[in-house]
Amino acid sequence: MHSPANNPVYERVRRNPKFQELVRQRSRLALILSAIVLVGYYSFMMVVAFAPDLLHKPISDESSLSVGFPIGAGIIILSWLLTGVYSHFANGRFQDLTDEITRETLQ
Amino acid sequence: MTARRILLAAAAATLFATLSAVPALAAGDVGQLEKQPINLSAIGMFIAFVLMTLGITYWAASRTRSTSDFYTAGGGITGFQNGLAIAGDYMSAATLLGLSSLVFAKGYDGFVYTISFFVGWPIILFLLAERLRNLGHFTFADIASYRLDQGKIRTFAAIGSLTVVCFYLIVQMVGAGQLIKLLFGLDYNVAVIVVGVLMVVYVTFGGMIATTWVQIIKAVLLLGGGILLAFLALSRFGFSLEAIAKSAIAAHKDGVKIMGPGTLLADPVSAVSLSLGLLFGTAALPHIMMRFFTVPNAREARKSVFYASGFIGFFFLIVCVLGMAAITIVGTDPQFFEGGKVGGKLIGGGNMPVMHLAKALGGDLFLGFLSAVAFATILAVVSGLALAGASAIAHDLYARVIRKGEATEREEMRVSKIASLVLGVLAVVLGIAFEKQNVAFLVGLTFGVAASVNFPVLILSMYWKGLTTRGALAGGIAGLISAVTLVVLSNAVWVVVLNNPKPIFPYEQPALFSMTLAFLVTIIVSKLDSSASARAERDAFEDQFVRSQTGIGAAAAAKH
Repeated sequence: MHSPANNPVYERVRRNPKFQELVRQRSRLALILSAIVLVGYYSFMMVVAFAPDLLHKPISDESSLSVGFPIGAGIIILSWLLTGVYSHFANGRFQDLTDEITRETLQ
Repeated sequence: MTARRILLAAAAATLFATLSAVPALAAGDVGQLEKQPINLSAIGMFIAFVLMTLGITYWAASRTRSTSDFYTAGGGITGFQNGLAIAGDYMSAATLLGLSSLVFAKGYDGFVYTISFFVGWPIILFLLAERLRNLGHFTFADIASYRLDQGKIRTFAAIGSLTVVCFYLIVQMVGAGQLIKLLFGLDYNVAVIVVGVLMVVYVTFGGMIATTWVQIIKAVLLLGGGILLAFLALSRFGFSLEAIAKSAIAAHKDGVKIMGPGTLLADPVSAVSLSLGLLFGTAALPHIMMRFFTVPNAREARKSVFYASGFIGFFFLIVCVLGMAAITIVGTDPQFFEGGKVGGKLIGGGNMPVMHLAKALGGDLFLGFLSAVAFATILAVVSGLALAGASAIAHDLYARVIRKGEATEREEMRVSKIASLVLGVLAVVLGIAFEKQNVAFLVGLTFGVAASVNFPVLILSMYWKGLTTRGALAGGIAGLISAVTLVVLSNAVWVVVLNNPKPIFPYEQPALFSMTLAFLVTIIVSKLDSSASARAERDAFEDQFVRSQTGIGAAAAAKH
């Protein structure tokens, strides 16, 4: 019942250059953002495993807080902000593009 | 309406069970964790929460007419509401109690754990949320079986979901029982039965609408309670994180070492395996995936992940502050240690620092409030799980596989209600059966199975044209067997449950190995599959791809 093989509607979408553009741009954004999060997180984990002393350093000479805390909090906050970046583009430009494609296909 | 009358009767019965248990239980102390004196303010506040949520269930019952209402709240939840509900699903009692106690005990290592719990969220949004929303109707099996063999893959995906749901239900039930003994001073069995009954009531009568609102209310209470507690804690230190750190170093037995990574995650293989399990296991938990179908469109789905990660990230940071503050406030106060010996065993066990902190800063009333919230948290999470399990049984197994799509809406609804009732009974029975067991291994299993069985088929079906039914089945079975075997051979079962001296598998989380194996087997078997059906499945990818990118066809399909 699902997956009607090569449905003509989907065929029309595939041939629409806007669809190609949507897929290319949105995939690129998703990949770049995922890479930032994963590379950032796994680099952090490698420091935790292999060079923990780097994170033990105090923020300043008098400080009790180590640099590890702002770095860790930074990872959480940055990851969250990136979900905002994705939503901003995906809900703005990419959604408009999707709506256009849908309109052109179904009219 | 008879449904409403039953609902009221159930409400009355639950409250009666809770109340009548109070005097009867003041007497003895049974079980592992010792029972504390009855805490009336906690019970009072919990009853207030239950009454409010039952009121909502009563309202939701009148709006739950179709299967779409039941499984996905008719897609009528806004992005913001859904964000709160997702955050609620994720902020379980384990995160509040477990993460804060980890920071309390290990300092920075606990913080690293917290970060690992969090980073999965952005990845879910970037790679999964969009396609999940565009392809699925009610369950994860909808997506996995989209272009593959309906009977086989749907059955397999439903069984994968049910396995995860059952393991996680046991964890939550046992947690509820232990927590209640400690916080409310009630008996283990009473707690388990109360949770079971309320869960069945929410799900059967209120479906996804009630389940979502229970989760939203709980999330707001938990965030509010956390913020208030953090405010009180910070005020003790003149609102200076520096002062908290300084005094924690002075109070902790490890001194300045708590300010950086220690021994907990020193082994990189262990750390990576754990983070993979958390990251991809979370993405493939059936009750989390369901949340993407409760919003009206992809736009709201994206918004909801943005809000959810904001709430979760904020809450996790607060939890770390609480853990650090507790090192000084709880860790140096004899009233929180058994026999008054500072540095000895914490009263109520290692998970209690945040509860003691509440008592130290806000007195018995605040402790009562936080206890009620912790119990409400478990209740909300089990409801989500039960709903996910019921939909796997009713929508996937009954309506699609057994009746091959011929079941009427009425019949499917009836089966889903019976299924939630059966799951409720099962949860209570298993919860009681596992009372004396250490269930830590079930957490490893839940995430291990989700990451090794559900996740590979989910991601490959959406991203890889070459996936075939045979490949998905072979890979799923390989993932299931390897995840279960490795957990059995790990410390949590081999040593703790089976009493062997040393674990054969040295890591806590199997995902690095079992998930990799599942992917490999899936890919190899798919590549070797040259059957006619495999060719048709590969050809169908192009159309699926268009729909996953644009959602064209999704709105019509959601109606069935």
